[in-house]
Amino acid sequence: MDPAGDDARRRRRRDCLVVSLAVGVIGVTFGVFAEAAGFDLPRIVVMSALVFTGASQFAAVGVIDDGGTGGAAVGSALLLATRNALYGPVVRKSLPDSTLPRLGAAHLVIDETTAMAVAQPDRRSGWDAFWFTGVTLWICWNLGSLAGAALGAVLSTPETWGLDAAFPAIFVALLATHLRTPAGRVAAIVAAVIALGAVPVTAAGVPILLAVVAVLPALYVRHRRPSGSAVPPGESGPQP
Amino acid sequence: MIVLAAGSYGLKVLGVTTLGSVVERRLGALVSLLPAVLFSALIVVMTFETAGELVLDARVVGVGVGALAVWRKAPLLVVVLAAMSVTAGLRLVA
Repeated sequence: MDPAGDDARRRRRRDCLVVSLAVGVIGVTFGVFAEAAGFDLPRIVVMSALVFTGASQFAAVGVIDDGGTGGAAVGSALLLATRNALYGPVVRKSLPDSTLPRLGAAHLVIDETTAMAVAQPDRRSGWDAFWFTGVTLWICWNLGSLAGAALGAVLSTPETWGLDAAFPAIFVALLATHLRTPAGRVAAIVAAVIALGAVPVTAAGVPILLAVVAVLPALYVRHRRPSGSAVPPGESGPQP
Repeated sequence: MIVLAAGSYGLKVLGVTTLGSVVERRLGALVSLLPAVLFSALIVVMTFETAGELVLDARVVGVGVGALAVWRKAPLLVVVLAAMSVTAGLRLVA
């Protein structure tokens, strides 16, 4: 490989590593949160390794923590994971053509890997960014979860540390890129109003499912103003 | 847990296979709006809900400061630490 290519790869991988390390820190908070919600260590480790979708894991644990049913937890988490299916068509051009590597790579399709892959100029560097971010992020996320779960047993009350404010703040950061379009703003505001109204009158987890209705007015807004219709996946920041 | 692991992997596979392009063509607009809807609802529930009731406490201020940090384009780590320290600090004083 030519020296210029080596240099570009080094720079690319350094960026990928920064994203992975940031996610590792969130992994620690996930471990603490899950431990506080009553999840034991094996379940936290298995969840981070196999589910491997930060927002969904936070949602599932959050619903259980609020006293919701397993069904509501899985429903909310899978609804959040639905966007990973949408990332598929976006990253597909960066993935190998053969079936088996593609099925393996599918497990790594999340916010960050998609963002890092589509930010690259060509297919080969896109694949390099995808798998390097995917593998390092998986390791950081799982080590973080493990450390957090172990630390969680030491921290008796996470509220003392303000941890219950950390998670909504994380989602504010995740939400920010989706507020750049009029449709995104309408979706977020209507969803917030629905969720606020639903909290006192429905079971835990249900307000979030009900809020999905907010896509209808947002679709109407987007239909009327087709310009600026989608958030480019490359613009999302570090997200678990 | 098994359902969640299988389901989340299934959704990822769905996206990278040909089915993904069909979903994108038919429901792309709807699915791309889901993150905005779900995150917004999650923020509201996590900020105001305690045991099935709407509650105003130190969390709200902490999340507000976190949102301010997001608006100022602070790194995620700074956002989280700001939200946590403000909330913890208020609880210490109260």
